[in-house]
Amino acid sequence: MAVETDPQQKFAEYAHPERLVSTQWLAEHLGTDGLVVVESDEDVLLYEIGHIPGAVKVDWHTELNDEVTRDYIDGPGFASLMSAKGISRDSTVVIYGDKSNWWAAYALWVFTLFGHEDVRLLDGGRDKWIAEGRELSTDPSTRPQSDYPVVERVDSPIRAYMGDVLAHFGKPLIDVRSPEEYTGARTHMPSYPEEGALRGGHIPTAASVPWARAAAEDGTFRIRAELDAIYRGEAGLKDGDEVVAYCRIGERSSHTWFVLTYLLGFTNVRNYDGSWTEWGNAVRVPIVKGEQAGSVPGIGA
Amino acid sequence: MPSPALPDQLAEIVEDFQSLEEPDRLQLLLDFSRGLPELPERFLEHPELLERVVECQSPLFLTLELGDDKERTVRLFFSAPPEAPTTRGFAGVLLEGLDGLPARAVLEVPDDMPDRLGLTRAITPLRMRGMTAMLGRIKRKVREASA
Repeated sequence: MAVETDPQQKFAEYAHPERLVSTQWLAEHLGTDGLVVVESDEDVLLYEIGHIPGAVKVDWHTELNDEVTRDYIDGPGFASLMSAKGISRDSTVVIYGDKSNWWAAYALWVFTLFGHEDVRLLDGGRDKWIAEGRELSTDPSTRPQSDYPVVERVDSPIRAYMGDVLAHFGKPLIDVRSPEEYTGARTHMPSYPEEGALRGGHIPTAASVPWARAAAEDGTFRIRAELDAIYRGEAGLKDGDEVVAYCRIGERSSHTWFVLTYLLGFTNVRNYDGSWTEWGNAVRVPIVKGEQAGSVPGIGA
Repeated sequence: MPSPALPDQLAEIVEDFQSLEEPDRLQLLLDFSRGLPELPERFLEHPELLERVVECQSPLFLTLELGDDKERTVRLFFSAPPEAPTTRGFAGVLLEGLDGLPARAVLEVPDDMPDRLGLTRAITPLRMRGMTAMLGRIKRKVREASA
């Protein structure tokens, strides 16, 4: 059974307030029947040094990705992962993590590929919980094994492949990487290692909106009006637009996908998880360097 | 091709990791993370003496000193925040594995040493590269300091 939603005013202004909970709400609801809290971090050891009491860990690298093919786990794989974590199909799942929920949003996006209905983010994530001095536990939480059904993954509504992006020209693309990656000055994040993209630049026509602009100083999402100003104002998105977001491997753009879909109410947003590590290495796909978005390939200069 | 031998103190750590199953290897890395000592006072007052390793996903600063002895004994110093346990763990392994060795022995450590810890499945390639970068940085600084 779904657990009640967080009624706070900030969330009420978003298109889907039921997708967020506050740290206060979570503290009050820990232990509620049907609620499972999941921590998903970039740093694989962070959960172990202290996590929200009762939270289970989902590791994006070893548990959500296929071990061989560059793809996500399949239906049986997801079912066995959920069962092992004690998550049922009707559980209310609240995910939180480090770095403004960057990896938590990625995990939420993967849960959505399998149509898990009630999955929410903790606004502000791990850092806010800790900054507020809330309780942490170092005991690994174990939940009784559940019986999660095998559900086939449905990619097409929220996931774009390279071919989809080539067919998407003329509709909005959002590049959520850093400005330096967008212009092609570098092929990886500042302070992060080179990850093997051969060429620098961006997909023609993509608007540059670095993902972290959606987060406030304390890691929470910006309020509705500020997000509208960024995405509808600066980036020019309009209701009814089909949007594709991408980054380097699809994690940062999951965060933007969450913002566009659940906070701003766009109904047709896909995450291109192949992102720059695929596009920047692919043969004969068009690339634009520099600050200009560029034009639709084959039309104009 | 046989891998070049590691200095004893580093080889022991690699063996400890190799003898464990994956979840316990991560636990051991966490122990190294917890055991990473605080910087000595003189570096706290002079943070400019530390060098940032930009390849690491979390902030990591390191520096080293070479002794005046014949072997040019290497002393290592690391600093990384508690919210970066994986980075701290790597630093802890390198500290215990390399600190106190002669400069020449540090320079002879093979560049692929981090891959021998058996963590390449559990930890992303990006992070493993961060540890390789740390080792590379240490060797470069030893080379510069002993030139």
